[in-house]
Amino acid sequence: MASKPTTDELIRIKQLSKNYRMGGETLKALDDVTLTVRQGDFLAIIGPSGSGKSTLMNVIGCLDTPSSGEYWLDGEEISKLRDNKLAEIRNRKIGFIFQGFNLLSKLTAIENVELPLIYRGVPSKLRKQQAIEALRKVGLEDRIHHRPVELSGGQQQRVAIARALAGNPPILLADEPTGALDTKTGKEVMGFIKELNALGHTIVLITHDLAVSEQAKRVVRIKDGRLDEEEGRAG
Amino acid sequence: MNFLQAFKMAIKSILSNKLRSLLTMLGIIIGVTAVIALVALGQGATKSVTEQVQSLGTNLLTVNITGRGTTSTMKANEAVALGETVNGIKYIAPVTTSNSNVKYGTTSKTVSVVGTNADYAMIKDYKVASGRFLAQIDLDVYQKIAVLGSTTATDLFGFADPLGEYVLIQGTRYKVVGVLEEKGSSAMGSNDEVVLIPETSAERLFKSKGVRTIYVQSETAEQTDSVVTGLEKQLSDHFRGNTDSYRVFNQSDALSALSSVSATLTLALAGIAGISLLVGGIGIMNIMLVSVTERTREIGIRKAIGAKKRDILTQFLIESMMLSGLGGVLGIGIGIGAAKGASTAFGMDIEFSANIILISFFFSVAIGVLFGMFPANKAAKLKPIDALRSE
Repeated sequence: MASKPTTDELIRIKQLSKNYRMGGETLKALDDVTLTVRQGDFLAIIGPSGSGKSTLMNVIGCLDTPSSGEYWLDGEEISKLRDNKLAEIRNRKIGFIFQGFNLLSKLTAIENVELPLIYRGVPSKLRKQQAIEALRKVGLEDRIHHRPVELSGGQQQRVAIARALAGNPPILLADEPTGALDTKTGKEVMGFIKELNALGHTIVLITHDLAVSEQAKRVVRIKDGRLDEEEGRAG
Repeated sequence: MNFLQAFKMAIKSILSNKLRSLLTMLGIIIGVTAVIALVALGQGATKSVTEQVQSLGTNLLTVNITGRGTTSTMKANEAVALGETVNGIKYIAPVTTSNSNVKYGTTSKTVSVVGTNADYAMIKDYKVASGRFLAQIDLDVYQKIAVLGSTTATDLFGFADPLGEYVLIQGTRYKVVGVLEEKGSSAMGSNDEVVLIPETSAERLFKSKGVRTIYVQSETAEQTDSVVTGLEKQLSDHFRGNTDSYRVFNQSDALSALSSVSATLTLALAGIAGISLLVGGIGIMNIMLVSVTERTREIGIRKAIGAKKRDILTQFLIESMMLSGLGGVLGIGIGIGAAKGASTAFGMDIEFSANIILISFFFSVAIGVLFGMFPANKAAKLKPIDALRSE
């Protein structure tokens, strides 16, 4: 039954469930979820808090493993992989953009952007080039030696986006990317994410904000661990 | 992730928290400082004593004659004859010593008057500054001549030339024929406050019969043992098997006693060092555990963007290793400084050994690895989602 997905399907999740044990009860955070993301998609997953969207994001981001079901990522079944292998997949396939930016405060912008490349084993010289290139894409090439505290919220999020882009992963996974920003900067960052999508990056965005999700090409609603797809707007 | 990168990360982390890093290292610093300084002082003391013993010559033997009753003694010429019968003897000097009053004009001094022969100069490494040393003919004809030690000469004569002058030793006139070069002190007392006279004259002067001490120098250090055996046999024959009448002392016996003392000292120091480094290691582990808790979120971020267990483990292990290694280096530096300070302040001899320094350094690095293992493992085992959720 494990049919290999076609090549332009980056993510293929099939009948995936995630259960937590709490007290004597089993809590179904994800219940029989099926989802496909194609190359170049811009998918928004929207749902209220407690709906299971964080769990879904953790599973998609390979930070957590599902209890049952299949998860194919870029042609590889990863739901049964071990920690170290998952770390490698996170490093190569997924660019994380977190709500709280999650930059290392002691490192400068360029050092933050270099981190995923360090763990990939890219040699120092090439690593610097790629990091500067990624920072140039987000328009921060003149801020590369600034520490996060010396940057505004919007700039910090752009450094985080540069870090996600640096390794050139097939998928960008954004978890409430505008959650910690004011409306204006939030809009800027969303505009930027849309631009990246236009350039061909596949984006999965998780939010509870309707205005944010409306900017995506495709919206999927999650409630009580179940998915409910809306009609695709861009075909 | 390669090691160079891990080292850079560790340096950055240590530098970003300078005071805490210093306090963490303090245990190791104190331990290593104590070891380096104490060992330097201990080895310095051992070395200076050893050198004093060795300056007497490792191939030097001392024969003490206690005699059997008052009659059975050993005459000086019998003693010298031992040199012919026992193989491997280079110099042999019978000695009769007494502390006596030596007078020149109105100046008088109590020094050790040594009655001996020509070989004494070779054995004690005396050099003649002016005039001549004792000769065999002086002994044969009971010459009343004296050779003065450098201090005795200046004490009695000041800047005047003593050669050809007469000194009174216990009232008897002795002609000064030579003055010795300065030699300095040894464990046996000053070598320059002496008056040397022919052994035969000394026996008459002190109204004693026979020699009490014989200095013997073997040709090589290797021959010393066979010379001891030979001497003991001859002496046993001379005293008709009464082994209590004589005793042959070997310098190497004294040396081996010394080295066993210094070995015990080193062991005691190693024990102290071990305990203080253990305490330092626990300090490092404590801070590393706090650090892991504090940096849980950082660990989560690193793991989320692709750090493997091994990467995190290496990062924290290298950090604790660098802390303890740096503590070791600082301890070595402070220890060397402290030992040098003590040596200038109290005039103590110090001796640094590269071995001890290297061992201290590698031991402190090993402490870092050992006590860093538990915190590093704790960090590496954190789950990324839990770590990311922490504040």
